[in-house]
Amino acid sequence: MPHASLADTQLDRLQEILARHDGLEGPLLPILHAIQTEFGYIPAACIPVIADHLNIGRAEVHGVVSFYHDFRDAPAGRHVVKICRAEACQAVGAKALAEIALAKLGLEWHGTTPNGAVTIKPVYCLGLCACGPAAMVDDKVVGRVDAAKLNRILTEAGA
Amino acid sequence: MRDFILPNDRDMGTPASKSDTMVTLTVDGFEVTVPAGTSVMRASNEAGIAIPKLCATDSIEAFGSCRLCMVEIEGRRGTPASCTTPVSEGMVVQTQSTKLKKLRRGVMELYISDHPLDCLTCAANGDCELQDMAGAVGLRDVRYDAKANHFEPRNTSGEVNPDYIPKDDSNPYFTYDPAKCIACSRCVRACEEVQGTFALTIEGRGWDSRVSAGMAGDDFLSSDCVSCGACVQACPTATLQEKSVIELGTPERSVLTTCAYCGVGCTFKAELQGDELVRMVPYRHGKANRGHSCVKGRFAYGYAHHRDRILNPMIRDSIDQPWREVGWDEALNFAANRLRGLQQKHGRESIGVITSSRCTNEETYLVQKLTRAVFGNNNTDTCARVCHSPTGYGLGQTFGTSAGTQDFDSIEQADVVVVIGANPTDAHPVFGSRLKKRLRAGAKLIVVDPRRTDLVKSNHIRAAHHLALRPGTNVAVVTAMAHVIVTEGLMKEDFIRSRCDWDEFQDYAAFVTDPRHSPETTEALTGVPAEDLRQAARLYATGGNGAIYYGLGVTEHSQGSTTVIGIANLAMLTGNIGREGVGVNPLRGQNNVQGSCDMGSFPHELPGYRHVKLPEVRAIFEDAWGVKIDPEPGLRIPNMLDAAVEGTFKGLYCQGEDILQSDPDTKHVAAGLAAMECVIVHDLFLNETANYAHVFLPGSTFLEKDGTFTNAERRINRVRKVMAPKNGYADWEVTQLLANAMGAEWHYTHPAQIMAEIAATTPSFANVTYDLIDEKGSIQWPCNDAHPEGTATMHVDGFVRGKGRFIVTEYVATDERTGPRFPLLLTTGRILSQYNVGAQTRRTENVIWHDQDLLEIHPHDAEVRGVKDGDWIKLASRSGETTLRAQITDRVSPGVVYTTFHHPDTQANVITTDYSDWATNCPEYKVTAVQVSMSNGPSEWQEDYAEQAKRARRIQPAAE
Repeated sequence: MPHASLADTQLDRLQEILARHDGLEGPLLPILHAIQTEFGYIPAACIPVIADHLNIGRAEVHGVVSFYHDFRDAPAGRHVVKICRAEACQAVGAKALAEIALAKLGLEWHGTTPNGAVTIKPVYCLGLCACGPAAMVDDKVVGRVDAAKLNRILTEAGA
Repeated sequence: MRDFILPNDRDMGTPASKSDTMVTLTVDGFEVTVPAGTSVMRASNEAGIAIPKLCATDSIEAFGSCRLCMVEIEGRRGTPASCTTPVSEGMVVQTQSTKLKKLRRGVMELYISDHPLDCLTCAANGDCELQDMAGAVGLRDVRYDAKANHFEPRNTSGEVNPDYIPKDDSNPYFTYDPAKCIACSRCVRACEEVQGTFALTIEGRGWDSRVSAGMAGDDFLSSDCVSCGACVQACPTATLQEKSVIELGTPERSVLTTCAYCGVGCTFKAELQGDELVRMVPYRHGKANRGHSCVKGRFAYGYAHHRDRILNPMIRDSIDQPWREVGWDEALNFAANRLRGLQQKHGRESIGVITSSRCTNEETYLVQKLTRAVFGNNNTDTCARVCHSPTGYGLGQTFGTSAGTQDFDSIEQADVVVVIGANPTDAHPVFGSRLKKRLRAGAKLIVVDPRRTDLVKSNHIRAAHHLALRPGTNVAVVTAMAHVIVTEGLMKEDFIRSRCDWDEFQDYAAFVTDPRHSPETTEALTGVPAEDLRQAARLYATGGNGAIYYGLGVTEHSQGSTTVIGIANLAMLTGNIGREGVGVNPLRGQNNVQGSCDMGSFPHELPGYRHVKLPEVRAIFEDAWGVKIDPEPGLRIPNMLDAAVEGTFKGLYCQGEDILQSDPDTKHVAAGLAAMECVIVHDLFLNETANYAHVFLPGSTFLEKDGTFTNAERRINRVRKVMAPKNGYADWEVTQLLANAMGAEWHYTHPAQIMAEIAATTPSFANVTYDLIDEKGSIQWPCNDAHPEGTATMHVDGFVRGKGRFIVTEYVATDERTGPRFPLLLTTGRILSQYNVGAQTRRTENVIWHDQDLLEIHPHDAEVRGVKDGDWIKLASRSGETTLRAQITDRVSPGVVYTTFHHPDTQANVITTDYSDWATNCPEYKVTAVQVSMSNGPSEWQEDYAEQAKRARRIQPAAE
């Protein structure tokens, strides 16, 4: 198999996560969340190990991981900024705001700044339609984002 | 793929419902009655009305994603998908309306907007469901000029299209072209539901949804894919396409026939252009395979036109000379004169035959008739000697007949499946898939095998118990299971009282109750933890329908027959015999092992398992053949070889079998063959045995002749000629020519006449005719006046022998023991991509999966010997030594090593010993004490053998 292998220490941490979820019904998503929390992303080399442990195909694990945009296949920046691109926010200027953000960072969607500070991602509705344009900085939602607020957010994040 | 050739072979869209309750509905004004649970789509198809569809096919469950099959149903809102809507009583369905047409065109328009319009140059042109559906819905215009698409490598300004994925042609037999994919998931679902491998997935979502084999970085070859072809079969477009169709074009005719690989006996459509085979496609109404296939039957037919195939007869005076190509007459006269000369000089008994389990029933029947009616002796044996002869003996003694008790459909009713010494996912893959499907539906599995086979643990499959016994201790394990069942009172007493001999049961019960048979006592011997064995025995006895499937891991032992008897005892103890979902089922190795045994290939039995010493049986054949039949049983294969070495057995006609490679103790086989004065090999290739032959008669493939094969379910399947024999004659014609050259005056002009003779002389085949097989598709024997349409399940109201017979199964350890010089136990087996001695599969692209035999060794055993993965190692036993590469794996237990026997340059059988089953002489392939050490290269035997083989294969060009 042309897959990279995990370092022994990573493998131990992965095995510990897998053991912690033994006996759980529908364990794959909780395991993936735990791995992302532990490693910051889902290392590809984890996939065959998870598949073997759950007795499912590695294709199936890959199918699930790739279905959810929140699961990353590479480490993200220290802060993740998500800008809402759903209809309500677009109606109040989210599109222009997003363009400003990308231009300022010099990135495409899902990109990370060279200094590793910020990853920028699109998101489709944060449930904050009354206060659009909305964004999310790490775990915190922010409403009524304008260019100035966005600038402040990105500067604070170290971009 | 579209089914465009045979009538009654339409894709019904969704699987059939098995309900007994019938429901009547109206489709477009036509009344139709179908089982409850049937989809509206299938019901409509039953009424002869096809509903447009893309994501549905009848091999997999309905999915409801393409939205092309929508219909209108009176009293319901909207336009439900007909594939996911079950029928109900009185339902009124409309499949066509202005609204439906408009919706369907809209759906197709969207599909086509992201599909290349290169139909004329597409490999699936004329065989594409997307194309058909575009026609069916009347698509005339595509309004969307989609800028983004998945099929153009570059856009009009020459920029690379990031959504374009190039073709994956890593698999030798089919390609995956993502540009043509409509993401219907049929391939993914077929891989999961039909094959049970779970190698495919849909990665991403929405616009990014793509079929992916394995994970990121995998291609089809590196993924879990086993190349069964189920995905190719399910694909509605050219996305998954056979390379042969890409190369040759779509076939124009189709012939139903039977696969010539393993004992499952899958029905295939051979699809051709003229006499050129384009592809083999599994037939959905095939009763053994139900539309499924494996890599061998589906793809590995290339040997039929391999350049190694010999098409002209050849002779030579002695084996140190090169072969001389001659005409048929010269070769047959040469052979006939030699054989007659040997009989004159050394006696009537000095020559014999070996029948082939790869040839048809009719051909096998003629070969044994040759020795009995023309040679005048009973010196006939067959390769079943080295595989399932203990099955014949064991089941014959206990039940009264030598055959599996069930059909393969029976697995769908089983609750507990016991697999002993068999590896169906490799050796009987289509049955393996059907078994795995049942296991995923909840049946429990017990595996008794020294090796952790894929059934023990693989995607979505986990055995409840894996009894990893020490090779050679089957009898002890089976008897210990009986001990648990009897001492814990789990047997079905009413079944035993009514169906079996009660007195014999008493003796047997007393025997197994003895504490020396308890799992706790036998644990030291077998290595199987007592508690595990107890739980497994309880599960089998009390878990509902218990079905036992076993293979050569049971029979190829010095106590093979005893284990078969032990298995029969277990089934009788628990009442697991005589209905669907239970039974005792030998998984036959070769396509026609069952048939070759049925046809009287054994030296002591005339066709139908009737002993030659019985005058009333001989009389039947003496009348039919007009000759006297020798009442003395003839020689078995090992006896023939022993007699040859002693100088009393001088001539052999060996059809379609390579005893030098497949039989144990290769050096002894070679010595026996070398001592004979006329060895006639009748085969496709110059096989290993032919190195010692004086006459080579070219054989025909299963594609080139008519006949029948009988599979492991006793199912007689038709083999149909799809092309003329490249060598000039079908094998039955060659045998007839040889017989006539010896003065026999046989006049068969078609195998149907041979079958008529079989039916006239053999009670279990009494009503079998080609017409009846054509009408029914296939027939399971016995087929006679009592069972005019054949018999799916045997021993339903009583055993064939009357009362079932319990026989005591005393464990006697094999004489082959480990010791300081040979501390490891070698066991042998096969692998998915190769078949038997590999003569066929080694001459196909299947070698990409298995290009050499490897020795599986446990990490502990490897470490103490300094062996690393991939090292050249020497494998030695008391019989001989060979070299091969090591594969380090914990599939085998410490102390056990495992290899396959597919490659002649490895010659695993140089290692195996001449120990054999006490009752039938079936060789003990599965247990050999060996030592493993590091090596630099081929052993002396391998070098000598290679040199001899090279010399023996020289062919002198024909004189101008």
